[in-house]
Amino acid sequence: MSDPLLRVRDLRTHFRVKRGFPNPETVTVRALDEISFEVKRGEAFGLVGESGCGKSTAGRSILRLVEPDSGSIEFDGEDVLRADKARMRALRRRLQIIFQDPYSSLNPRMRIGTALAEPLLVHGIMGKAEAAERVRDLLVEVGLPRDAGIRFPHEFSGGQRQRLGIARALTLNPELIIADEPVSALDVSIQSQILMLLRNLQETHDLSFIFISHDLGVVRYFCQVMAVMYLGRIVEKGPIPRIFDEPLHPYTVMLRDASPVPDPTARKAFERIEGEVPSAINPPSGCHFHPRCKHATELCRKVYPKWMEVDAQRGVACHLYDPASGMSPKP
Amino acid sequence: MTDQTEALPRGVSRHPFVDQLAKAFRTNKLTWVGAVIFVLIVLVAIAAPLLSPHDPLQQNILHRLKGPGPEFWLGTDAYGRDILSRLLYGARVSLIIGVAAIGSAMVIGSAIGVVAGYYGGKVDLVIMQAMDVLLAFPALILGLIVVAMLGPSMENLIIAISLTAIPPFARIARAPTIVVKERDYIEACRALGYGDLRIMTLHVLPNVLSEILVMGSLWLATAIRVEASLSFIGLGVKPPTASWGGMIREGFENILDNIWLSIFPSLAILLVVFSLNLLGDGLRDAIDPRTRSDA
Repeated sequence: MSDPLLRVRDLRTHFRVKRGFPNPETVTVRALDEISFEVKRGEAFGLVGESGCGKSTAGRSILRLVEPDSGSIEFDGEDVLRADKARMRALRRRLQIIFQDPYSSLNPRMRIGTALAEPLLVHGIMGKAEAAERVRDLLVEVGLPRDAGIRFPHEFSGGQRQRLGIARALTLNPELIIADEPVSALDVSIQSQILMLLRNLQETHDLSFIFISHDLGVVRYFCQVMAVMYLGRIVEKGPIPRIFDEPLHPYTVMLRDASPVPDPTARKAFERIEGEVPSAINPPSGCHFHPRCKHATELCRKVYPKWMEVDAQRGVACHLYDPASGMSPKP
Repeated sequence: MTDQTEALPRGVSRHPFVDQLAKAFRTNKLTWVGAVIFVLIVLVAIAAPLLSPHDPLQQNILHRLKGPGPEFWLGTDAYGRDILSRLLYGARVSLIIGVAAIGSAMVIGSAIGVVAGYYGGKVDLVIMQAMDVLLAFPALILGLIVVAMLGPSMENLIIAISLTAIPPFARIARAPTIVVKERDYIEACRALGYGDLRIMTLHVLPNVLSEILVMGSLWLATAIRVEASLSFIGLGVKPPTASWGGMIREGFENILDNIWLSIFPSLAILLVVFSLNLLGDGLRDAIDPRTRSDA
């Protein structure tokens, strides 16, 4: 249990984009800038941040759907970034992904049964008849009728499609599932059903999750540990209850105070979220967050804060955090 | 958990492609007109030996250059051959050349287009620049060059017309491929460890196929026109085999004696092209991305 299932070290993914006419110049989008984290077996790890902060890129980089520039990804002791084609194929059986948009995540021209059986056949895990039987079991497991396999994606609702996406991710019996905003596109009532389904599956299949979301409420329900990302970097990391009780980074404070609290007596005026996320092409100097931070000092404007381990579980990147007193500025 | 999901629609699941076809015929009655005329022409071409009142190659100097009448319904040409019979056999030539040329252009062109669109980058750049070079020639000129180089024969006509039609099919396959490859289900395929060939053939191609088929029906009309044009300038199938373009030219030489010689094959070409365009337009409206439900 002590060895983490996934260990990400200094992962960096930059995109180079050509912009401008008639003299295009290449600009670099720093989607991911040296992020590090670990996911333990059976744990749900939340990756939180505003849109454009690089959380989806993080998920896709781990699966090598986009190639990271540097850093290392270790899955169960195996170096994912150095894996050759054959090893990568084997790794893909253990790492899967669930997408945000249920309308774009299924091939509209393929029957559900065919689509769900395909991974089993491609990886040569079982024969056709056996795979068909496994598909029926999977459908039941994600809460759909046994005979749904003869249908096409357009015959399903958004929530049902998301269940199908989950079923596809489960076909190969993975150990880690990257859930990229799996409920953001769904109605609130459907959201809770899908979350409950995911939680059930986590228990029955002993799954680990990287749960990517901008919704703190959902992450709070689903995850045990989380990391807060801002402009391609992790600014705070730690166990969920401790982060919600006592956030150390001003950005985490801002996100927490902007999300609804599940306690009516604690109701208060929402703190306004100030400003917008700056561009990852041209991030602000020093601490990327300083233009939106109430407590920004001269130092914040010049130097990016070092990552500080608060204790074995927590860490933060903020100049204002004082390791000696364990204090950070109160808003 | 089953009780929490709403019921699925009843009835049999139809393939979305069948739905699109049905919609093309339901919403636009002209699609029917085009389809019916074209199917009739195909049937007539197949049954030409049964339907023809005379041998299309039988010359008879006594009956030369006759107008329409009871024995020769559409008249005879300068060698006394029956125009109707030649028209029926000519339909075979036009359709075989058109279908073979467009069929092969469709297969080769869409393969090129899907590969270019899927891989993108330099592969795309090189392939599409080559296609653009071919595209810069008007279809007729390119066909003319190829047939002039290879010599006129049915096979060379097919090659020539097919070559002119490959670039448009590559273009039409590439554009939706670029859209489709960004969809999450393609990413899911990669996450599941599928090979590129499998992704392109089973996951990209079926989703760009309707665009390609619409182009196919419209280009079939063009191919038949180009074949007729090449035959008209003498680069078509060799006489005495009947072909519509060749018949127009032969009629042209005797136009002062018998105007019908050119009129009937012209009408035949017009009818085929017209029916294919109606059919193609109907299909195109049905798969218009703006009205597509599965987009």
